[in-house]
Amino acid sequence: MTIKSIVAREFKTVSGISGPLLFVQGTKNVAYGEYVEIVAQDGSVRHGQVLETSFEMAVVQVFEGTGGLSREHTIVRFTGEPLRFAVSTDVIGRMFNGSGKVIDGGPPIIPKEKLDVNGSPINPKSRAYPTDFIQTGISAIDGMNTLSRGQKLPLFSGNGLPHNEIAAQIARQAKVRKTEEKFLLIFAALGITVDEARFFINSFEESGALSRSVLFINLAQDPAIERILTPRLALTTAEYLAFEEDYHVLVIITDMTNYCEALREISAAREEVPGRRGYPGYMYTDLASIYERTGRVIGKLGSITQMPILTMPNDDITHPIPDLTGYITEGQIIVDRALHRRGIYPPIDVLPSLSRLMKEAIGQNKTREDHRELSDQLYYMYAEGRSLRELVAVIGEEALTERDHMYLRAADRFEREFVSQGRYEERSIEQTLDIGWNILSSFPESELKRISLNTIQKYHPSKRSKVS
Amino acid sequence: MLKQKLKFGVIKKVVGPVVFAENMENITMYEMVKVGLDKIIGEVIRIEGNSAVIQVYEDTTGVSPGEPVEPTGLLLSVELGPGLLNQIFDGIQRPLTVLEKDSGFFIRRGIYPNALPRNKKWHFIPIKKVGDKVIAGDILGYVKESPLLERHAIMVHPQIKNGQISYIVEEGDYTIDEMIAKIDCGNNNVVEVNMITRWPIRRPRPIKRRVSTYLPLITGQRIIDALFPIAKGGTAAIPGGFGTGKTVMQHQLAQWADANVIVYIGCGERGNEMAEVLERFPELKDPRSGLPLINRTILIANVSNMPIAAREASIYTGMTIAEYYRDMGYDVALMADSTSRWAEALREISGRLEEMPGEEGYPAYLSSRIAEFYERAGRCEVLGSDERYGSISVIGAVSPPGADFSEPVTQSTLRVVKVFWALDTSLAQRRHFPAINWLTSYSLYKNDLDLWFAKYFPNWSVLTKEFMQVLQEEEELIEIVRLVGPDALSEVQKLILEYARKIREDYLMQHAYSPADSYCDLKKNYYMMCLLSYFYNESKKLVDSGIQVSRINSLPSVQELGRMKFVPNEEFEAFYFSLLERLKNDLSSLAGGVKG
Ligand SMILES: Nc1ncnc2c1ncn2[C@@H]1O[C@H](COP(=O)(O)OP(=O)(O)OP(=O)(O)O)[C@@H](O)[C@H]1O
Ligand SMILES: [Mg+2]
Repeated sequence: MTIKSIVAREFKTVSGISGPLLFVQGTKNVAYGEYVEIVAQDGSVRHGQVLETSFEMAVVQVFEGTGGLSREHTIVRFTGEPLRFAVSTDVIGRMFNGSGKVIDGGPPIIPKEKLDVNGSPINPKSRAYPTDFIQTGISAIDGMNTLSRGQKLPLFSGNGLPHNEIAAQIARQAKVRKTEEKFLLIFAALGITVDEARFFINSFEESGALSRSVLFINLAQDPAIERILTPRLALTTAEYLAFEEDYHVLVIITDMTNYCEALREISAAREEVPGRRGYPGYMYTDLASIYERTGRVIGKLGSITQMPILTMPNDDITHPIPDLTGYITEGQIIVDRALHRRGIYPPIDVLPSLSRLMKEAIGQNKTREDHRELSDQLYYMYAEGRSLRELVAVIGEEALTERDHMYLRAADRFEREFVSQGRYEERSIEQTLDIGWNILSSFPESELKRISLNTIQKYHPSKRSKVS
Repeated sequence: MLKQKLKFGVIKKVVGPVVFAENMENITMYEMVKVGLDKIIGEVIRIEGNSAVIQVYEDTTGVSPGEPVEPTGLLLSVELGPGLLNQIFDGIQRPLTVLEKDSGFFIRRGIYPNALPRNKKWHFIPIKKVGDKVIAGDILGYVKESPLLERHAIMVHPQIKNGQISYIVEEGDYTIDEMIAKIDCGNNNVVEVNMITRWPIRRPRPIKRRVSTYLPLITGQRIIDALFPIAKGGTAAIPGGFGTGKTVMQHQLAQWADANVIVYIGCGERGNEMAEVLERFPELKDPRSGLPLINRTILIANVSNMPIAAREASIYTGMTIAEYYRDMGYDVALMADSTSRWAEALREISGRLEEMPGEEGYPAYLSSRIAEFYERAGRCEVLGSDERYGSISVIGAVSPPGADFSEPVTQSTLRVVKVFWALDTSLAQRRHFPAINWLTSYSLYKNDLDLWFAKYFPNWSVLTKEFMQVLQEEEELIEIVRLVGPDALSEVQKLILEYARKIREDYLMQHAYSPADSYCDLKKNYYMMCLLSYFYNESKKLVDSGIQVSRINSLPSVQELGRMKFVPNEEFEAFYFSLLERLKNDLSSLAGGVKG
């Protein structure tokens, strides 16, 4: 943003307040998107951003909410600047609130740069396609829906499911093997409870990740509209650290559902025509402005990998929040209630889960040459087993053929041996693949149509034991 | 100078990508304007008295009321000429490679480099000479634009109805700005021609007439070529929920379709998907010529976090470029991924204008805009005195919310397109790719194109009908199994189920990332169908004579059908004859077993 009127301008002409919005009269040359400071009667300062501007009026969204503001006694100061966040490597190991104020009692940050929190789109021409395998140590992810560096891969979960444990386990275990690179964790909490926040912080502390992390914490009791800002602060910081300071950054954002609620609140206050289920029609584009701030850039060492977490209202994957997210992210990891009820941890349902970047992240020199064929076969086996399970529920087991029984048994084993693992169990990719082979070895080779004869020759347990 | 200044308008209001301006006396609809002190590009989309509404193609942060709006007198246009191929542009044809050089890896605002390189020299070979009479669309000469497009035609502009060449350069190297010919149009009107032209993106380029489409666009995707084919000049929609394979299919078509030119529009989707094309296409070889595919490809990338007004424009930018190559007499295939994001851009802008919303908030003109877009596809006789034919095939991805096809964008699209490839979330979750649902998809070109296929593969349509029928029967049999269990099935019915399973798994499923399977030529496609059909029809005789399906299934040659897709195109004919022989032997040995 170029700054035309460097001078800040003050107005005391608030003509209306509605939800998180202030309507300021007679503003003339206020710029769209301009950063605003709002001084309440008690002298406290809030901040906001211009959503609409005309000769007569400006509409300002107030991140801390408008509670306690009055028409008569509010001073609105337009700064002539976009909203910026001061960054430097000093932020590492520090904790901020949802609007970027230091809350860990430490010294203020000495900034190296002040960056527009809205960022700029990465030129698609400049992107480097993600190809580096991140080993999370979780088989359902590494084996079936591989994460790669520079990917945006959300967890789709539901209330009361162990998505936090899974995210913490990933944060603890994620590594790119055979490298000694600078790794960082950025954690943005949006409207989560104190207990949840404490769980994450303790877990980071325990694993020693806290000193290599930057935390942005907006809790459930904190202002809701601030949640519009928090992920942008986190990603501005991530972009700086990845592309200026060469860090590999993993950004965990939770819970994006709360973000979308804040977006809906603003849209309602502006009396916009609502889209599906009351969420604004531009929610896709707005979410993209967060999720797309991920990736790698040609010629830069660092990278941003994003793992947003969202709880699906009513476990409904067609709800606009997971739906629009799935349309933007590069896959999704589904945390499933049925598996959770059956005591399987992590309760990841691999069938509706997907990693779109898997194909480039696996194979020889990355994971192992048999990875793709093996996971294709495991998918086939598990999908077949699951649909037979449904059939059994209708017609009973007696009617099944021997082949059917084989698939049913293998699907059970897949859940118990492959998907299921300990919260502190970190499996290497070789271990993961070998468990997969073990399960498949109960089939005659002719059933393994997804796997080439060469690969069977080389990796099938029966052949391997013969060799050794 | 002063006069021009008087014509400047003034910004009255800014709401996101929409700017309201006053004092816009002589403005025309769809005129390009420069907005604000940064002179960012916008387009007039509504005029009311002296006021105009402008959609702005870049982020409007920092723009304020009171700033000027400068008219340009031009409609929003694209540059056409040699140098388009092999490039990547944003939605308003800014070359992203040049932007990267100018502003680094983040796209900065207010930079407008030329779309086509001005300093590059092209080797022009004239085919007309002084004194020749020409009409609109006539070809003056050619340049070699890329190894895959040897003859980029330099044509007489569509607006020149009649003229005579009064000057034309010799064969040689010229930049696109240099004059290469003069056309005397009479009445002292001599037009100087160079190799670059401009065309407004919202106005279809004129043609002589539409002709019917009877040639298939061969895609190398088995299910498409055999069951739901698209014609050259045809229209197709791929709707599907997230992760069902729309983009992979579009990439497959961009790679393998037998078109001369590919225009690929990434419209409001992911940045990495464009990066993928940029990394992969220079390495992938065209199966026909063996040359890198990027040489026939033009990419338009206006990804999801780039400005939405430019997203709205992107599909027209792409379409105009496609028409330009069609006018040379080429077959062009255009992919738009995803038209839903374009429609959402339309909706957002309409919302900012406070227009009366129609269904799900989309403007009432949504379906007419969609129809107008697809209307620009087709096969036609193009302008020019020589009889030339060109075509544009359009394949649009649709992203219905919640994968529910009853929503307005899917429905409006289905009313105009002739091919429907319905992607199915449940197939995708089973990793059955391409996840095209064989029961609900259709192609209205199928019957016409069968005539073409019959010329090369006499029983092509017999086979494809047999496949469709078996898949339909499978559905009914599965229903029976669900109700009363598999025991109720006869051996013949079990054989049909087995045949259907083989069709689904060994034929319809096609792995985009497997080098041998990604592209299946028509011959391999045909032989695969023949083998499966042979298996079924011969097995049926055995079953009729009392042999169990499970015994047939365990024959080595029958199991080999499961791996046939991984036999490369070049080797397939030999493989076909050898497997056919083995099938014959194995099956007859079973038959012998019964007799003996
Ligand atoms: N023909 C195929 N062969 C192998 N894998 C495929 C094929 N088609 C799709 N896939 C798998 O499905 C994934 C999702 O496909 P794709 O990205 O094309 O979905 P999409 O419909 O475009 O989704 P979105 O609407 O979110 O963009 C791919 O990353 C790939 O793993
Ligand atoms: Mg897609």
